[in-house]
Amino acid sequence: MQNNRLASLLKEAVLTFVISLILFGPISGLVLDGFGFRNELGRSVTLAAIITAGRVLVSLAGMSEIGKRLRSRLTSSNSGVTVNTGQERSPLLPLAVLFLAGLALPFFADKYFLGIAILALIYCLLGLGLNIVVGLAGLLDLGFVAFYAVGAYLLALGYQYLGLGFWSALVIAPFLAGLFGMVLAFPVLKMHGDYLAIVTLGFGEIIRLVLNNWLEFTGGPNGAPVPAPTLFGLEFTRTAKQGGVPIHEFLGISYSGDYKFWFIYVVLFLVVCAVIYAVHRLRVMPLGRMWEALREDEIACRSLGVNHVFTKLSAFMLGASTGGIAGVFFAVHQGFVNPTSFTFFESALILAIVVLGGLGSTVGVVLAAIVLTILPELLRDFAEYRVLVFGILMVVMMIWKPRGLVRLTRPAFFPSSHSEAGIALRLEPQTEAGR
Amino acid sequence: MKTPILEVQNVTMRFGGIVANRDVSFAAERGAITALIGPNGAGKTTIFNCITGFYRASEGRILLNGRNGPQDIGQLMTRPITGGSHLVTRAGIARTFQNIRLFKEMSVVENLLVAQHLATRNNLLSGVFRTRAYRAAETEAVDRAYFWLSQMNLASDANRLAGELPYGRQRRLEIARAMCTSPALICLDEPAAGLNPSETRELSEVIQRLCAEHDLSVLVIEHDMGLVMRIADHIVVLDHGEVISDGTPDSVANDPAVIAAYLGVSEEEVTA
Repeated sequence: MQNNRLASLLKEAVLTFVISLILFGPISGLVLDGFGFRNELGRSVTLAAIITAGRVLVSLAGMSEIGKRLRSRLTSSNSGVTVNTGQERSPLLPLAVLFLAGLALPFFADKYFLGIAILALIYCLLGLGLNIVVGLAGLLDLGFVAFYAVGAYLLALGYQYLGLGFWSALVIAPFLAGLFGMVLAFPVLKMHGDYLAIVTLGFGEIIRLVLNNWLEFTGGPNGAPVPAPTLFGLEFTRTAKQGGVPIHEFLGISYSGDYKFWFIYVVLFLVVCAVIYAVHRLRVMPLGRMWEALREDEIACRSLGVNHVFTKLSAFMLGASTGGIAGVFFAVHQGFVNPTSFTFFESALILAIVVLGGLGSTVGVVLAAIVLTILPELLRDFAEYRVLVFGILMVVMMIWKPRGLVRLTRPAFFPSSHSEAGIALRLEPQTEAGR
Repeated sequence: MKTPILEVQNVTMRFGGIVANRDVSFAAERGAITALIGPNGAGKTTIFNCITGFYRASEGRILLNGRNGPQDIGQLMTRPITGGSHLVTRAGIARTFQNIRLFKEMSVVENLLVAQHLATRNNLLSGVFRTRAYRAAETEAVDRAYFWLSQMNLASDANRLAGELPYGRQRRLEIARAMCTSPALICLDEPAAGLNPSETRELSEVIQRLCAEHDLSVLVIEHDMGLVMRIADHIVVLDHGEVISDGTPDSVANDPAVIAAYLGVSEEEVTA
C-alpha cells in the first residue's frame, strides 16, 4: 500500500515535470537576441523543478488527515442548491453592522483605497445587473459592457449637449440603458444559448465602435470630459465651475480633493445597497421566480401561461438598467470617458464575477466583485502575470467549486395559519421538523 | 346535452411532406375523462401539442368552450405580438409532459407559485416595497399551492427541491402544478409512464378525484390499457394519424379496427 502510493506520487511528479518543461521550454528557455536566440534551458528546468516540488507538496498535503478533511469539505459542498428550513436566524444584525462599516469606510481609508472601494462597488453593480440576466434568467450576455458605456456616455454627452448633471443622469441612465436593452433584446429573444451570446457580443462591440468612430458626436478615441458631481448646488471643486458654491467654502473648511470621492463613495454605497435589496426581493417575487423558471425550462413555462417573451425582455431591461447606473458612477469617478474603458475584456470580467460568485447568488456576486477588484491591486507587482493568475483562479474554481463561491439557497414557504393546510401542519409539527 | 369542453374539428397537421394527423375530429365531454390511445407513432402527441397550443394545426379548428365562451386555439396562437402558447393556458387548458418538465432547482412550492403568476402581484414596485395587496396575494398563492400539494399527498415535500423528489412524486407534482393554473381542461401526456402498479393505482384515483370533486375535464394519453379502461368515460383511438374508433371503453375494446391496429392482422384477412 505504502509502496503503491509512493509509485503513484513519483509518476505524478515525473508527469508534472515533463509537462511544465514542455510549457516553459520555449517560453523562458529561448531568449531572443537580435536575429538569433540564446539557449537558456537551465531557467526552464529550474521553473519546472519548482512546479514539480509544489505538485508533490500538494499531493502530500492531500494525503494527510487535515488535507483529507479539507478536501471532503470542499467537494461535499458541490451539491449546489438547498432549500431553507424557515428557521434560519435573521441576518439583520450582521447586515446592519456591515452597512454602518461600509458607510464609515471613507473616514478610515486613504484616497488610494477609497478609489479601489469605489471601483469594487461599481463592479458590484455591474455584477448584480448581469446576474439578473445570466444568473436568474439564464440568458448568456457577452456584451453587457454596452449598457455600462451607455450610462457613462449619457453623463458625458448629456452634460456637453444638454447640460445634464450627475443627479439627472443618475435618474435617466436606468431608463435609457433599459431602452437600449429592449432594442437589443427584441430581435434576439428567439435565440438560445450560444447564438444569443454571439449576438450580444456583437452588440457590445457595435456600441464601442460607434463611440470610437463617431468623432463629431462622441469625441471618438479622444473621449469626452465628465462634470464633477454636485450636491444641492454645492460643488466639490476648488472653485465653482457649474454656477454653485464650493462645498469647502460653504462649510468653512479647507479644500481637499478627497471630498468628491467621499461623496461619490457614499452615494454609490447607498445605491448598491438599494440594488442589493431589490435583487434580493426579486428572488422571492413572482417576476424573479418566472425568470428562474424560464432558465430551468422554457417549454414548461409556456405550458403554465408565462409569457416568455415579456419575461425575458424584463430581465434584459432590468439588467441593462443596473449596468447604466454603474456607468454613470464610473464616468463621474473617472471625470473622463473614452471607448477603451468598454472593451470586450470588461464584459468578460463582469461575466467572471457572476460565474465566480455562483450564478444567481447575490452574496456571491458581491463577494466575487470585491475579490476580483482587489486582487489585481494586490497583484500590482506581478502586473505582467495578472491575467495568468486570473486564468488559474478560474480553472481552480471550475474544478472545485463549479457552482460558485457561495452555495445557493432557496426560500422556504409555509401556509398561512388560517388555511386548512396550515392547520394540518400545525397539528403535525414533528413531520416538518423531521425533514 | 351539454356542450363538450373541447371540440377538435377536422384537424390536419403536416410537417413538410409528412402528414402526422389527417382530418382528426373528436370531442371531449365536460366533466369526463377522455382517453386518447393508439400505437406508437399514431400522432397522439402531435394532436396533443395542437390542443395545448405548442403546434399550430395546418388545417381545421380546435374549439375550447371554457369559462369565456368558445375560443379558437389556433387564433390565440397567431395573435400578433402577444400571441403564443401561453394564451392557451390562460384560456383554461393545462398540460403535463411525457418526460417530466419540472423546475428542478426550485423548491416544490416555488414550482406551484410560478404556475399562479396570473393571480399574484407581478408589479415590480409592489414586490420591492411589499405592499399590503402584494402580501395578501402572495399568502393566497402559497395557501393555494399547499391546498393542491395536500390534494396530491405531497404536502410533506413542500420545501424540498423538485429535482430531489422520487419519480412518482415528480409526476404528481407536475399535475399539481398544472392544477394551479386553475384550468377547465387538463391534458395529461402519459401520466403513468414509469410508475409501478401501486403508484398507477394511486394516480388513477387522483385523476378520478380531480374529475369528480373539482369540476374538471381530463384528456389523457396513455399506453397502460388497464388504467385507461378503468378510468376513461370515453376513448378515442388514433392510428396512422387518423381516428379509427371513438366510443365508450367497451365498444372500443371490441372494435375489430382497434384490435387490428394493436395486434396486427394476419395475411389472409388482408387479402380477403
